[in-house]
Amino acid sequence: MDLSFTKEELAFRDEVRSYLADNLPERISDAVRRGGELTKEMMEEWHAILQRKGWLATIWPKEYGGPGWTPVQKHIFEEECCRAYAPRIVPFGLSMLGPVLIRFGTEEQKAEILPRILDGTDWWCQGYSEPGAGSDLASLKTRAVRDGDEWVINGQKTWTTLGQHANKIFCLCRTDPDAKQQEGISFILVDLDTPGIEMRPIKLIEGGHEVNEVFFTDVRVPYGNLVGEENKGWTIAKYLLTHERTGIAGVGFSMQSLEEVKALARKVKRGGKRLIDDPLFAARIAQAEVDLEAMKITNLRMLFRAQEMGAPGPETSILKIKGTVIHQELKDLARRALGPVAAPFPGYLAEGNIMFGPDGTEHNAARYFNNRKTSIFGGSNEIQRNILSKAALEL
Amino acid sequence: MDFNLTEDRRMLSDSLNRYLGDKYPVEHRNRVAYDLPCHDPEKWDEIAELGALFALAPEEAGGFGGGGFDISVVFEALGRALCPEPVLGAAMAARILTKLGTDQEALLSGATKYAVALAEVDAPYDLSEMACTASASGDGHALSGRKTSVYGGQVADVFIVAAMLDGAPALFAVQAGDAEVVGYPMMDGGGAAELLLDGTPGKLLAADAGAIVQDAINAGIVALCAEAVGAMDVTHATTVDYLKQRKQFGVPIGKFQVLQHRAVDMLTEIEQARSITIKAAAELDGPDAARFASMAKNMIGRAARLVAEEAIQMHGGIAMTWEYPVSHYAKRLVMLDAQLGDTDYHLSRIMADLAA
Repeated sequence: MDLSFTKEELAFRDEVRSYLADNLPERISDAVRRGGELTKEMMEEWHAILQRKGWLATIWPKEYGGPGWTPVQKHIFEEECCRAYAPRIVPFGLSMLGPVLIRFGTEEQKAEILPRILDGTDWWCQGYSEPGAGSDLASLKTRAVRDGDEWVINGQKTWTTLGQHANKIFCLCRTDPDAKQQEGISFILVDLDTPGIEMRPIKLIEGGHEVNEVFFTDVRVPYGNLVGEENKGWTIAKYLLTHERTGIAGVGFSMQSLEEVKALARKVKRGGKRLIDDPLFAARIAQAEVDLEAMKITNLRMLFRAQEMGAPGPETSILKIKGTVIHQELKDLARRALGPVAAPFPGYLAEGNIMFGPDGTEHNAARYFNNRKTSIFGGSNEIQRNILSKAALEL
Repeated sequence: MDFNLTEDRRMLSDSLNRYLGDKYPVEHRNRVAYDLPCHDPEKWDEIAELGALFALAPEEAGGFGGGGFDISVVFEALGRALCPEPVLGAAMAARILTKLGTDQEALLSGATKYAVALAEVDAPYDLSEMACTASASGDGHALSGRKTSVYGGQVADVFIVAAMLDGAPALFAVQAGDAEVVGYPMMDGGGAAELLLDGTPGKLLAADAGAIVQDAINAGIVALCAEAVGAMDVTHATTVDYLKQRKQFGVPIGKFQVLQHRAVDMLTEIEQARSITIKAAAELDGPDAARFASMAKNMIGRAARLVAEEAIQMHGGIAMTWEYPVSHYAKRLVMLDAQLGDTDYHLSRIMADLAA
């Protein structure tokens, strides 16, 4: 047993740290720290900065333009990005479609699409969920019918994150309505400029525009936009779900939030003393800190296992369940530390005018409400329990 | 980063698990655990021969281990078997004697059994509140006061006793024959003793021993947490097995989602508990050992109680019986919270760090 990083890994950490210090614009890290929505330009600018260094497609193999990192290196990179308040890499092209194409795509698809993801030409979004197919994704109904050299797509996708910035969407469509649910689905690429597509924003609980619904009416795309075999899209969907698991615990984000809560609780006064000296509140922070400390090790254990075995096991669902709950608890504590000061709707108290917390906390209530999503998306925590029950406990 | 055990530790773990599985099955354990002396001398010797005690001290002190992971490997195996033998006293005493550079061959071979007496009735966890006192007497010292819940005290040959000397906690060696020792079995199996001191002679091991005692407590916490992890693993596996066997309403009850999710939640908490135990073991010889020990004991207290209570509930009536092993695992899992500081006590220690 050895919990420490190797000399090489520590050197890598220092390299990442200093690159971020030199290249992450303060304008962008400030926006991340303040917790508001980032503009499309900010995200694109950050992607370009990482791509300059070859650090954008963190899980792609070297031959396709990835950095060829080990899972541990990728973990270190993510941790350092959190530490520096760098934006999250937008995952749809880089972490989702990219690995899918590398595994299932034709040479032509790889040659055409991967470079455009890397240089930012294309912004992909995800067409998975439907109004009637959430946790039960395999019941999806969006229909793709072959007509000569084309697919004709009809249906509706929803919860399409950052779709408003995208020019492309990858979709799961039903291509054989007579087969068993999982066996009649195909993975199809669609240009959002194609006639018959309409994207509408969904306003979220805190007022933000993060997700969209997408309507398809007789949308015609080339047959060659199919990825992998016809009717084998579910295999791809499952591959994608198991692939994008490192970082799922969000340990780095929880560490950010813990520091934020501590700073607030040292500043805010309650009953004549600092909030952090109030035993009820301090106990809540301490409890979350213990849970997070354990989570850090659980995360490393799973990472080590993934590195040893070549793939993460079903136990990674533990990271999702526990990691999201810890993060939500910390967001709750931040909101409570601020009390009524968390309440003003973001945007009304202009920057530089009234700043409450040490790093600008006007988005605290918004972040609390927005983060209720984390235990729902990417396979709700209840679905994760189903997975563990079946795969780990064999119940 | 490497979460595999070293080859030596894996071998020790395997041989202890195999031995305890064969020679200390739960039926035997229950015969030993609830009646004085709560100890099987023959098995004790065999456990020592396997190296379980030598693993508790470093090479320079005559052992072959002494680190956090040596302790955790031994106690995880003991926990899996619910073994009631007084190994905790040996582990904590070995830590103390190693720090003092005292010979401990008799401890490591199992010939001399040690118990560490820290707790008092009115101050079970806090040394600062200790009422037991020592004063110089002739060539040595005389100790007065009462030590409570001294685990393994019912069969100890030597007690290492904490008492106040000149306003600071000090450590003394007290021979069992010199003191009044009232032994008893405990609800969760295994024995302990009340140690009644009344001008009892004690040999001063260390004056101003706060740091040494804290180190022994940290090591004891790693031991208890690892024991809990071992016991939780068995309890959880037994429960999952039962969910597959037991039929009601015409199906195995493990088909009911409400029970599946609860079984998963147990697993989740056990994995978190295992993680924090690994952390505490890794940090045992580092500058923040006490902090990570507190974190581990806090989390183990919560996880072990959850696993115990859920295991009973999900089994239904059968786990309420003496005959069914889960009842004994559940008792141990709940009651070890009260050893070396419970979940709330350790949370308050972490809170004290926060306020700083």
